[in-house]
Amino acid sequence: MLKRLRPLSLLAAVFSALSLASSGALAGWETNMTRGVTEISHEIYNLHMMMLYIVTVIGVLVFGVMFWAMFKFRKSKGAKPATWHENTRLEVLWTVIPLFILIGMAIPATMTLAKIYDTPDADVTVKIDGYQWRWQYTYLADSPDDEVSFFSALSTPRFEIRGEAEKSEWYLLDVDNPLVIPANTPVKFLITANDVIHSWWVPDFGIKKDAVPGIINESHTTVLETGTYRGMCAELCGRDHAYMPIVVEVVEPDEFEQWLAEQRGDTAAAGSETLNTAGQ
Amino acid sequence: MTAIPHDDHAHHGPAKGLWRWVVTTNHKDIGAMYLWLSFAMFLLGGAFAMVIRAELFQPGFSLVAPEFFNQMTTMHGLIMVFGAVMPAFVGLANYMIPLMIGAPDMALPRLNNLSFWILPFAFLILVSTLFMEGGGPNFGWTFYAPLSTTYGPPSTVFFILSMHIMGASSIMGAINIIVTIWNMRAPGMTWMKMPLFVWTWLITAFLLIMVMPVLAGLITMMLLDITAQTSFFNAAGGGSPLLFQHLFWFFGHPEVYIMILPAFGIISAIIPAFARKPLFGYASMVYATAAIAILSFFVWAHHMFTVGMPFAAQLFFMISTMIIAVPTGVKVFNWVATMIGGSMTFEVPMLFAIAFVVLFTIGGFSGLMLAIAPVDYQYHDTYFVVAHFHYVLVPGAVFSIMAGVYYWLPKWTGNMFHEGLAKVHFWMSFVGVNVAFFPQHFVGLAGMPRRIPDYPLQFANFNMISSMGAFLFGLSQLLFMFIVIKCVMGGKKAEAKPWEGAEGLEWDLPSPLPYHTFETPPEIK
Repeated sequence: MLKRLRPLSLLAAVFSALSLASSGALAGWETNMTRGVTEISHEIYNLHMMMLYIVTVIGVLVFGVMFWAMFKFRKSKGAKPATWHENTRLEVLWTVIPLFILIGMAIPATMTLAKIYDTPDADVTVKIDGYQWRWQYTYLADSPDDEVSFFSALSTPRFEIRGEAEKSEWYLLDVDNPLVIPANTPVKFLITANDVIHSWWVPDFGIKKDAVPGIINESHTTVLETGTYRGMCAELCGRDHAYMPIVVEVVEPDEFEQWLAEQRGDTAAAGSETLNTAGQ
Repeated sequence: MTAIPHDDHAHHGPAKGLWRWVVTTNHKDIGAMYLWLSFAMFLLGGAFAMVIRAELFQPGFSLVAPEFFNQMTTMHGLIMVFGAVMPAFVGLANYMIPLMIGAPDMALPRLNNLSFWILPFAFLILVSTLFMEGGGPNFGWTFYAPLSTTYGPPSTVFFILSMHIMGASSIMGAINIIVTIWNMRAPGMTWMKMPLFVWTWLITAFLLIMVMPVLAGLITMMLLDITAQTSFFNAAGGGSPLLFQHLFWFFGHPEVYIMILPAFGIISAIIPAFARKPLFGYASMVYATAAIAILSFFVWAHHMFTVGMPFAAQLFFMISTMIIAVPTGVKVFNWVATMIGGSMTFEVPMLFAIAFVVLFTIGGFSGLMLAIAPVDYQYHDTYFVVAHFHYVLVPGAVFSIMAGVYYWLPKWTGNMFHEGLAKVHFWMSFVGVNVAFFPQHFVGLAGMPRRIPDYPLQFANFNMISSMGAFLFGLSQLLFMFIVIKCVMGGKKAEAKPWEGAEGLEWDLPSPLPYHTFETPPEIK
């Protein structure tokens, strides 16, 4: 059966198997970076694949020559050692050629980097505060009364962590209150921390930004597809570093407006209650 | 070499009993003690790694609590960097540099004794923190503030003390190596005749005396933040946690080259020996080493692409980091070119050296990928980084040390090691290291952060494979210990030059080495 397959179709079969694996059809065996759901994350993915292909080709060439030498120039095969040990032209060549390859890598990388720094005006601004060990999300508004703020903490039950119950699908990747943002809308994140350094990372957005006490970092995203996207804290922040995931619900803009209004209603109601209590 | 007998020669031999090791100023004794200490620390740091991999064998709370897990990752890193890799290279330098340049001993033998003997106390203090209230350091080997200052355990001051002692030891050792190479070369041993191991160590020693004081300053600022209520790294008091990271990585990046440049020297000795052909491009090897060392001072913030730096800074550090690929590439090409046209045999030192070239280069490739700032946003602080630096440090630095030990063991002990067992050790280590660390690229790319004791289910398969590889690698190091001890105790007698193609002054001396060598300088052809 295999014999009748042409080498080319065999190659195609291998590649389709590999791409299946990377697209997540084989859950638990993912070997590659996500393409993500933003323009930036797509560019990052393409850069990553470009780098991977270039270093693979260089590796195959260099190791190929080395293994050829190891088989050809063996003492057991009667190889007599040569005495040459210099070749200026060759040495200049393999200093200069890598430089050009590096320039070829640096140009697209610089363009993507510039794009990440070229930030549009945001329609929604969310302040993200890292705490040991949960995130606080605050939707900034013109008047402080309209601000919406809540904590987002791990909701995986302790007995799953302790192994007293079967672990659910989103083990360690579920939170009580996810961050909600609109799709196809520029969103700005202002990221800081309250105690130690944390790092807010959502792989599908191509964003990883450290949350540093005393410093407010800025990140921008425009998510192209609705859905639920998950990430984890990426900077060691103490005992429960593994237990402060990030979950972002990306919804249609009108759905988002509705959700935000509901939240404002809640906080406003809660606020007036506090006022009433204070008044009595 | 026969020394000319003279009157006061009698008391030049080693003192009797254990006291000999305390008072010795002999570079071979001190070199051997460095190597044994480093091996003990390698096993201890390895034991910590076994705890880490056992905990990560499957998701969930399986073995240790997160508090203890964090202490294990921290201590594993600190012990391996400062206890295993660095002292091993210093030990090899002590043992081999005087032999390679035709000097009777190190230039400053008493300083040499001191720089070794403060080290065991540094590690005793460091390891004792595990038994203190609040536990040992739990903030990662990079000990970022404020996790290590305001939020650190009480034992942090002992951690700082032990780091100060290690730094002092490194500075003294580095000064000694520079002075020895500068002043004690035998007549005719000109700069461009020095073996590459001597060259790489000379450059490494300069890196050490330039960056160790930065580390000392950094941990002193930490100490003041902890004990004197200063606010160098405390944002609430007007300081900046980022100042810590800039200082740390200004030390830290040259530090990683400190752990790899001597490895280049060892590999550059072994490959020509077993290819029976002179090293290709000796001069370009020297220049490439110097270039890497100089560049290492201009790349530190590539560890900090996610902290929020301006565009220009990101671009600068991305490009300066990429340029390091050029001199590193030159080295790899030179090693391959040395093999072409040779007459190769594959004894154990050569096996380790070839594995070094391939696997270190793989680590170099992932390093080049990490240099690309926008992509680093996805790689940073994931297992992809863990895979990268373990590839350059384990089959890189550690394999080069093992290659060197197998290469010079017959010279040191006068006995050949058991070739068959050593081959088993090589293949177990080779398979173990790849099974342990290659899958970590995959989980890292798929989104697994580093330094976590528990992980989502999607990472379970590769973590289990990685743990099994790590256990195999750990086990094979016990075999290494057995092979070395067996060789020290006895075995087939080694000739003065047990490797046909070996070059260098050390092979003109008898095996085992006499206690004193080159009391009269050798003639350099």
